[in-house]
Amino acid sequence: MSIEIRGVGKRFGDFVALEDINLSIASGRLTALLGPSGGGKSTLLRIIAGLETADGGTVGIEGVDATNLPARKRDVGFVFQHYAVFKHLSVARNVAFGLEIRKRPRDEIQRRVDELLQLVHLGQFADRLPSQLSGGQRQRMALARALAVEPKVLLLDEPFGALDAKVRKELRDWLRRLHEEVHVTTVFVTHDQEEALELADTIVVINEGRIEQVGTPDELYDEPANRFVMGFLGEVTTLDGQLIRPHDIVVHLTPQPGTIAGEIVRHQRVGFEVRLVVRPHLVPGSSSPVIPGSSSPVIPGLPRDLTNPVVPGSPSPVVPGSSSPVIPGSSSPVIPGLPRDLTNPVVPGSPSPVIPGLPRDLTNADDPSDIVVTLTKTFANALGLREGVRVWLEPEQGARTVGAGSRPERRDCAEPAA
Amino acid sequence: MIREPRPLRLALRLVVIGYLALLVLWPVSMVVVNTFSDGLGNLADAFGNPAVTSGLRLTLEVAVWSVALNLVFGVGTSLLLTRYEFVGKRTLSTLIDLPLAVSPVVVGLALMLVYRRDAPLGGALYDLGYQIIFATPGMILATVFVALPLVVREVVPVLQEIGDEQESAARSLGGTGWQVFWRITLPAIKWAVVYGVVLALARSLGEFGAVKVVSGNVSLRTQTATLVVEETYANFQQGTAYAVALLLTLAAVACITVVSILRPKEARA
Repeated sequence: MSIEIRGVGKRFGDFVALEDINLSIASGRLTALLGPSGGGKSTLLRIIAGLETADGGTVGIEGVDATNLPARKRDVGFVFQHYAVFKHLSVARNVAFGLEIRKRPRDEIQRRVDELLQLVHLGQFADRLPSQLSGGQRQRMALARALAVEPKVLLLDEPFGALDAKVRKELRDWLRRLHEEVHVTTVFVTHDQEEALELADTIVVINEGRIEQVGTPDELYDEPANRFVMGFLGEVTTLDGQLIRPHDIVVHLTPQPGTIAGEIVRHQRVGFEVRLVVRPHLVPGSSSPVIPGSSSPVIPGLPRDLTNPVVPGSPSPVVPGSSSPVIPGSSSPVIPGLPRDLTNPVVPGSPSPVIPGLPRDLTNADDPSDIVVTLTKTFANALGLREGVRVWLEPEQGARTVGAGSRPERRDCAEPAA
Repeated sequence: MIREPRPLRLALRLVVIGYLALLVLWPVSMVVVNTFSDGLGNLADAFGNPAVTSGLRLTLEVAVWSVALNLVFGVGTSLLLTRYEFVGKRTLSTLIDLPLAVSPVVVGLALMLVYRRDAPLGGALYDLGYQIIFATPGMILATVFVALPLVVREVVPVLQEIGDEQESAARSLGGTGWQVFWRITLPAIKWAVVYGVVLALARSLGEFGAVKVVSGNVSLRTQTATLVVEETYANFQQGTAYAVALLLTLAAVACITVVSILRPKEARA
């Protein structure tokens, strides 16, 4: 293990930034500290770097107890969100800074700086001032500067946070490739779940000064430890008191046992997806909208024959959002292989489902009990799902849900919410 | 931009120009006119007067020392106020401004109470061979006090604006405190420092009240240029007074010119 954090805590006055953090970070890997703003992840990174002192606990870096070492002796490279370029020094002198401090021979510095500037594709900008570079170029320069001293660990504090979306994505890919070339232990802080899922080998979810969960991106997405992690990594909606991914909801056009009846109050097309907001019908005299095990009566007024494409062998059309659904009458699967989190990201820092670029109230259910369902456009059209259509919803078999008790549960062994 | 009607604009301009002329331009130009009322005679008289040359030399000495002290402690205090958290920080920040608010005469009297020979500290220093009051050290102290806020108030906003990220980056790259200060912090604040120093110099050259109290105003020994102006004027040597006043004015104009040349640079950086 490259970084060992034991019992670290930090308070700013009354505010508890970190509480008894214990964490081991693996050597040579890319680790993300993910969480909402103000959750303490940057503070933790700064404590590792020695830029902030912890109130208690120990920090070990590569087997050395660094708890009481000043930042300059910790052998860490630190990259700041706002680049922290040395404005009065040229790009080359910026990169050379750590080497000059270490009094390396002039020709060695020259060689190493050239090498690093090539690595970050800034070779032709060596003599420019940082103010003549774009944001992305400045951040690459800051990275080269941090790498110049051959740190044991590289720490990045929201490294792409100040860049626009396109540059952010480019730099993310570039950092991934860079890490494959330079196998330095890297820890980066982000509040962007997409960035963490795409870039990191391991994600540490931090919220309100505590670690919520540590795991690989797949583990966190598929096996969230609690409601917070589930809500932070991907979209969620509430169905029958359980948190569930909107694409893990099956839509029936006829009443089914154990389903929740509702009416589509909003139909939104987002690229190849359709997002439905379903308002559940509350059964009079009952707090639960669940229709008790009714045998599929045809609701009068529902043009069933027109809207209900019959799937052979199935009593009603089942729309499993996460697997590749087959449109009846068509042999080709609908949009296979497109990862959902990339195309339908949750806006960073927001635990509730929001469509990027749209104001929150447009996408979010007007009513807290409203249920968000996403499915492919082709499927929604085939089912004739429009605003005003009545639907019956249930979780897909095996879908990940998290109940109010914040314990992750498989649907097939889940208790009904109290 | 708001466009006023033409007559109103002209009237506004006239008021402002008239105000400045009556307050600044006319009086200052009268100093120039009176200095040269008999050609270069007044200037020659002044430079022939040992009291004047001694006063000018003393003013320069006091100003240089107090600017040097204010430079070192001003930059140090600014770093303390922006980069560290400590108990009493707000109080210190308020105290820094005190010399701007309080009358220089009060400053002089306050220093007298602590550093005169029959006060404990002043007495102890005197026994060690350091006379403070009625000597150059006291005049330097008084001038330092009066010009104290000028460097701090220029440097603090710049330090706040640049933030501490560059310094943190330099430290994580292995820089010691001194290395970070010389290589990163100082280059970033240098124009603010120069600006503060020039202002402090102008203030120090012109200081009168505090210095008068602590100096004893002894001609040829503890009389600075401003004190010479007052004494010669009171003794009906108006020509000499005008000549020395002109020199002080020229020094001030030189300072302001330097500042106005630096200003755009500061904005660009």
